[in-house]
Amino acid sequence: MGLNKEQIAQRIAKELQDGYYVNLGIGIPTLVANYIPEGVNVVLQSENGLLGMGPFPFEGEEDPDLINAGKQTITTLPGSVFFDSAMSFGMIRAGKVDLTVLGAMEVADNGDIANWKIPGKMVKGMGGAMDLVAAAKNIIVAMQHTNPKGESKLLHKCTLPLTGVKCIKKVVTDLGVFDITPDGFRCLEYAPGVTIDEIKAKTAGRLTIADDVKEIAL
Amino acid sequence: MNKVVANADEAIKDIESGMTLMLGGFGLCGIPENCIAALVRKGVNNLTCISNNAGVDDFGIGLLLQKKQVKKMISSYVGENAEFERQLLSGELEVELIPQGTLATRCMASGYGMPAVYLLAGVGTEVAEGKETRNFNGKDYLLEYAFDSDYAIVKAWKGDTMGNLVFKETARNFNPMMAMAGKITIAEVEELVPAGELDPNEIHTPGIYVRHIFQGSNYEKRIEQRTVRKRS
Repeated sequence: MGLNKEQIAQRIAKELQDGYYVNLGIGIPTLVANYIPEGVNVVLQSENGLLGMGPFPFEGEEDPDLINAGKQTITTLPGSVFFDSAMSFGMIRAGKVDLTVLGAMEVADNGDIANWKIPGKMVKGMGGAMDLVAAAKNIIVAMQHTNPKGESKLLHKCTLPLTGVKCIKKVVTDLGVFDITPDGFRCLEYAPGVTIDEIKAKTAGRLTIADDVKEIAL
Repeated sequence: MNKVVANADEAIKDIESGMTLMLGGFGLCGIPENCIAALVRKGVNNLTCISNNAGVDDFGIGLLLQKKQVKKMISSYVGENAEFERQLLSGELEVELIPQGTLATRCMASGYGMPAVYLLAGVGTEVAEGKETRNFNGKDYLLEYAFDSDYAIVKAWKGDTMGNLVFKETARNFNPMMAMAGKITIAEVEELVPAGELDPNEIHTPGIYVRHIFQGSNYEKRIEQRTVRKRS
């Protein structure tokens, strides 16, 4: 039970506010763009050099010079603008991007994140993730609560090489919604069909449950 | 002043084995296809390549990797390339992975004549190991040095005989700051026009940064992830 990937994206989309500039990472975060609430206008930033990322092109209209940071063909929207990579990370570094959503392999209860390297296996690189987590004011992690072996990805301390330290504010998993607080993960919402006991059993890091904890509404 | 050369082979003729090259592009978007092919033909090796990615197995920098012409890659993301992985794991290839914004900014610093910059990315991670740090306003930053390269090779959409460049869409990416950063910069363009034909208001890279320019040919512009939506 718990949320599927689309539903995790749908829940994160409810965090979007009108006027936000948002950077969506690869994977579940990309799906957030499909659930932007009615009446909320956000501008999507793609760190390879675009503000105002539009949907995928219609078949036959793909443009090889127009891609997103996941190297997917995309389109522009009215008001879109292109820029170079230095300016792109300049605006990220200067705190102009309001919200960053990205995936993770591990998150620690102090806000540390690991998502770029598994020692001894293939190392693909960090891409823009280290720059984004170091600079963004507001970072939400979208991920599964446990890894394929069933082990918690919400830890007291990350075991993998870090991408950033004390930077994550919120985690949305298939099991629930969690803020990072001085006391560790704080469960604010649980997924339909998921019990607090299950969340406790599958969270290795420090965990508290909000007094007004409630079921996730999509 | 004569910046125009006939083709990629002429543009890269002085590039030698062991040199450090910057190569523009993000993924396969905006890469200098003609010059990469010419470097494969020339057979120079022991190259150090500064480029955001390393191409795919049979395209982009992947073509140089196939011929074992690259000694070291300095990149932010090198997935999607099995030959790269093989050479890395066997120790034939050195790789230095650095955050993408740091990569872009170290190029920028070079083009702006700044020896180093302080950046936040990677603080508290293995990227910070061995780097000088300094605290500004309560936060630690890493000292990151400008890149030193022998050549920068970039791809633009349009260029003129003065070396002025205009980029197209997201094919701009790393090209402008690499163009500024190279000790010698080579620009290949899809369309080369006489000076005066580009609107000076709309030029992205001033020709002062460009030593050699030529009109490329047979651009393949391969798409890495073809994503489309259905017409409703």
